[in-house]
Amino acid sequence: MTAATTAPVRDEDDDRTPQESGDPFDRDVLPTPPGATGALLRSLLAPMRGRVALTALLLLLQQAAVQAGPLLVAYAIDSAVPAFRDSDHGPLFAVAAGYLLCASAAGALQYAFITASARVSQDVLLDLRGRIFRHAQALSVDFHERYTSGRLISRSTTDVESLRELLEEGLQELVMTILSAVYISVLLLWLDLGLGAVAVASFVPLYLLVRSYQRRAQRVYRKRSTAIAAVIVKFVETMNGIRPVRAFRREKANDADFAVLNRRHEKTNGDALLEMARYVVGSRVTANTTVALIVLWGAYRVAGETLALGVLAAAVLYLRRLYDPIDRLGMFLNSYQSAAASLEKIAGLLAQTPSVPEPAAPRELPGRRSGLPGREVVFDDVRFAYRTGGEVLPRFGLTLPAGQTVAVVGSTGAGKSTLAKLLARFYDPSDGRVLLDGVDLRDLTGRDLRREVVMVTQEAFLFSGTVAENISIGRPEATREEIEQAAREIGAHDFIAALPDGYDTDVRKRGGRISAGQRQLVAFARALLADPAVLILDEATSSLDVPGERAVQRAMATVLKGRTAVVIAHRLSTVEIADRVLVMERGRIVEDGSPDELIGGTGRFADLHRAWRDSLA
Amino acid sequence: MRTLSRLWPYVRPVRTRLFTAAFIAVLASCIGLVIPLVLKWMVDGPIADRDPAGVWLGALYLLLLGLAEALLFGFRRWLVARPLSHVEAEMRADLYRHLQRLPIAFHDRWASGQLLSRATTDLMLLRMFLAFPLTFLLVNGVTILVGVSIMLVQDWTLGLVILIPAVPVLITCVVFEKQYSRAARQAQDQVGDLTTVVEESVLGIRIIKGFGRHRSQARAFRELSGKLRGTELHKARLLATILGIIVTLPELAIGAALVLGAVQVADGELSAGTLVAFLSTALALRWPVDSIGFLLAMSQEAATATERYFEVMDAEPESGSTASPAKDGGPREGLRFENVTFRYPDAPEGSPPVLDRVDLHIRPGESLALVGATGSGKTTLTALVPRLHEVTEGRVTLDGRDIRDMSRDELRSRVAVAFEEPTLFSATVGENVLMGGGSGEEDLDRALAVAQADFAHALPQGTATQVGEQGLSLSGGQRQRLALARAVVGRPDFLVLDDPLSALDVHTEAAVEAALRRVLADTTALIVAHRPSTVLLADRVALLSGGRITAVGTHHELLRGNAEYAHLMSGDPAEELEEQR
Repeated sequence: MTAATTAPVRDEDDDRTPQESGDPFDRDVLPTPPGATGALLRSLLAPMRGRVALTALLLLLQQAAVQAGPLLVAYAIDSAVPAFRDSDHGPLFAVAAGYLLCASAAGALQYAFITASARVSQDVLLDLRGRIFRHAQALSVDFHERYTSGRLISRSTTDVESLRELLEEGLQELVMTILSAVYISVLLLWLDLGLGAVAVASFVPLYLLVRSYQRRAQRVYRKRSTAIAAVIVKFVETMNGIRPVRAFRREKANDADFAVLNRRHEKTNGDALLEMARYVVGSRVTANTTVALIVLWGAYRVAGETLALGVLAAAVLYLRRLYDPIDRLGMFLNSYQSAAASLEKIAGLLAQTPSVPEPAAPRELPGRRSGLPGREVVFDDVRFAYRTGGEVLPRFGLTLPAGQTVAVVGSTGAGKSTLAKLLARFYDPSDGRVLLDGVDLRDLTGRDLRREVVMVTQEAFLFSGTVAENISIGRPEATREEIEQAAREIGAHDFIAALPDGYDTDVRKRGGRISAGQRQLVAFARALLADPAVLILDEATSSLDVPGERAVQRAMATVLKGRTAVVIAHRLSTVEIADRVLVMERGRIVEDGSPDELIGGTGRFADLHRAWRDSLA
Repeated sequence: MRTLSRLWPYVRPVRTRLFTAAFIAVLASCIGLVIPLVLKWMVDGPIADRDPAGVWLGALYLLLLGLAEALLFGFRRWLVARPLSHVEAEMRADLYRHLQRLPIAFHDRWASGQLLSRATTDLMLLRMFLAFPLTFLLVNGVTILVGVSIMLVQDWTLGLVILIPAVPVLITCVVFEKQYSRAARQAQDQVGDLTTVVEESVLGIRIIKGFGRHRSQARAFRELSGKLRGTELHKARLLATILGIIVTLPELAIGAALVLGAVQVADGELSAGTLVAFLSTALALRWPVDSIGFLLAMSQEAATATERYFEVMDAEPESGSTASPAKDGGPREGLRFENVTFRYPDAPEGSPPVLDRVDLHIRPGESLALVGATGSGKTTLTALVPRLHEVTEGRVTLDGRDIRDMSRDELRSRVAVAFEEPTLFSATVGENVLMGGGSGEEDLDRALAVAQADFAHALPQGTATQVGEQGLSLSGGQRQRLALARAVVGRPDFLVLDDPLSALDVHTEAAVEAALRRVLADTTALIVAHRPSTVLLADRVALLSGGRITAVGTHHELLRGNAEYAHLMSGDPAEELEEQR
């Protein structure tokens, strides 16, 4: 939506779609290994075991302080008042002191508990956010090609959010409810076994009620989350495609589609609220009936002088507190259910293993053999097939001497991009090895590999920040002079200088509109600054005009002279600067030679080239 | 808090139910306050008099009151369940409708994530606000007043003791509300920033990997999430303070009342039943008092959400058009730009316009290629035709009529567009193509054939295959061809193509061009072109330079006569060409 955002482009080699429709990636269900969700939760909490225990202790003490009140009431009525009548003021002082102590302790402990539990839950969230982020970054490009960006974003936003709600509101509530239920039951039983037993007995219908609510609510909530997901997809799609929406007058049709989805969500939402209403009535009826029963029996016994009045008063006060939080238990179940679903999705994501792992025992690259700044690339008996099946590149061998510029041409789906991605180690070959100056790419650390091999793709994505920052991604320590120099070499300096704040223009802010062609120039400046030994251009000039493309070629001929370069292009103009041309078809290299040889020959390349030349005449 | 009043138009239609529900909640809450009075009656009456029948009667009263309370609370929820979901849905539909009609310039500025969070999280917060805080701030207020009155009537000294903490609690609440709202807004904004980093790191994954930059991305992420954690902890401390105070002060007052009450009972000035009733009333008021903190916090968040919602709703939609009736059979004049100047509405003051007094005429049935250096404003110019942006000065006419005099609907039905960035929607391939007009298999097949998009028939369910975010992902070239098919399917009078072949390989491009030539034969078309091959589709070429049209002619005329054009098409430096001549 902002000028600098482009949707990720699936590359041309992805014409393998038909066999993919049964893939778990197509429906948002990554396989979550059994127990992974629990293991994730444990591993998140394990490092703060001590603090969790402290938080629990604080809560335990806080509840003890809070629940002491009615006990003091009973003592005041049954003991302190008669004692006071006998001019013994001690017990009443004790009550006063006790109440003062409990009240202050309850407040202070409340403060301590909330801050402690916030720290635990925030640290869990920080850890989890970081893990998702790092893991997503570590997963290889083939994963990202299949797991849409929207899903990944919702994993680290909405799913983490629902866990936050659980941790911050639900969990506290649940523990407090259970804890106070236990405390109060024990106190009631201690005050009077009979009355306590009645209260405990009321837990049975309450439990059944909660169970049935949970089951019914789960159904409704599942429907609701599907409904809201559909609303979100429609919404995002419309906003991201707002230009075609307008141009093709989709507004009314969209309004109608959206209304259907929105109403479905409205209905499930209403259903969920009604389930809740039913539950509230049930739990309240149970609670209030129990209170009436206990008062009846208690009052009967007070009248018969087998029970002290103070005890009855305390029991009644306790019962209110016992049943008050039960409504909120329902709310907790809701947030628990959505958080469990989210956590499962996150666990599924974290269970994915990067298919392009870092080496266990990395090797150093040798010094440059050739005396040139470039390095030799060898595809040694390489074969590549997707893990889901579907061979893209049958077994082949290829040697690119250091310093050679190789153009790869061929139609959509010929396997050009796959070749490039193997060289950039976005994928690893299914068989065989890719060697850089004799070292298997799999033995190089990411840092070494990325310093030596740089790939510029068709999608010229700009990160938020200034133009200069975007260029210096290629070499973060570069000075402003070096950045400007790179931009000048590639012919991007003039347009950058004309932006409102020149190199300091924020690409996402006012006046930062940057066209597709200009974005590609920035991407080139980035690559130029990185100064790699091997440069891969994958359709990197598709949005450039001819002078832009020429500037890129000039820069490659001068600044990047002696580097090994692999250039994939639809445009044959690019091929002119190549030392060598590979024509690919259905995963195989069908023609290989210098441009002049191929143009002079009778192969496919000669035909293509002739047609292209004609268009320039 | 005043911002919340802006919700009224949405709440109005359901006001009867909402007010009834609030009234019922007050009623139910007050029933809760009657229960202690029944207890008092029992303690001082039947229990003291040893009257079993009275005890039964008292318990029966309690049971009835309890059942009434339960049913009333349930009734309240039943009353508002559907209406509140409806309010939420209405607001969401309005937001969606409004966003679809806001100027493109607005969408350029706003990330979709920011809009989405308004349509989901913010609206959910508002529904919850209408369901709880709005009702319960009222209900609890009334309950507290009634409860305090009951206590004052029973024993005014004890009642006053209970009232003492009210003042400090109220003051704390006011102070807290201000600080908390600031912290809440800060946290929401930081979540937004964090989302942006996540979005970028996913969308730019190839660049991050390609340059080995994941460490610095991770650092940026860590910094932001650390900041968010800080803000959240600050929020928690604020909440802890207010809750600590709200718990402690009333509890102290109850303790004081208990001791004073006990003394009075001992002195015989107060009945035991009154003390029990008094204390149970005070305890019954605990929840209404305790909950004020979180109700205020929720209201505060709802206020922020309202603000965010109306931030978008207050943006002006595309200006209307003074639609004059179509003059049927008017002269076929083609597409004309007259003295068109354009500058982005949000451009800094004094910056040069993107387009500066452009004059251009495309004759009926003619196709014109638009050529210009990277960033010269070609895409902007094409966006003016379907009024995705509005001209700043001058006018654009279709067959002699100013496009501002047509309804947008009419204009956009006559002009079909294919964008450089091809977007497919979650629908079948066939539906996506037929969005451009036309109907039935025949048009679809013809359009697919023109765009060389016959691969669509080979998809798993043919042209009924789902694509888009929810369906099969297609490659850039495939999407571009479908977008082209969409542009030509309705046989539009006017066609605007923005570099429509950039992602195609050479073979496909040649085939598309051959087929397009037939379509273009009787269509008035404006085609943005980077390449000679695309230019050759057109009858004439216009050169856009420095925001103005500097030359118009055939490809070959310009190639020979215009140095800049020759430079753009062949890439040879302009000076060399000058010398060659």
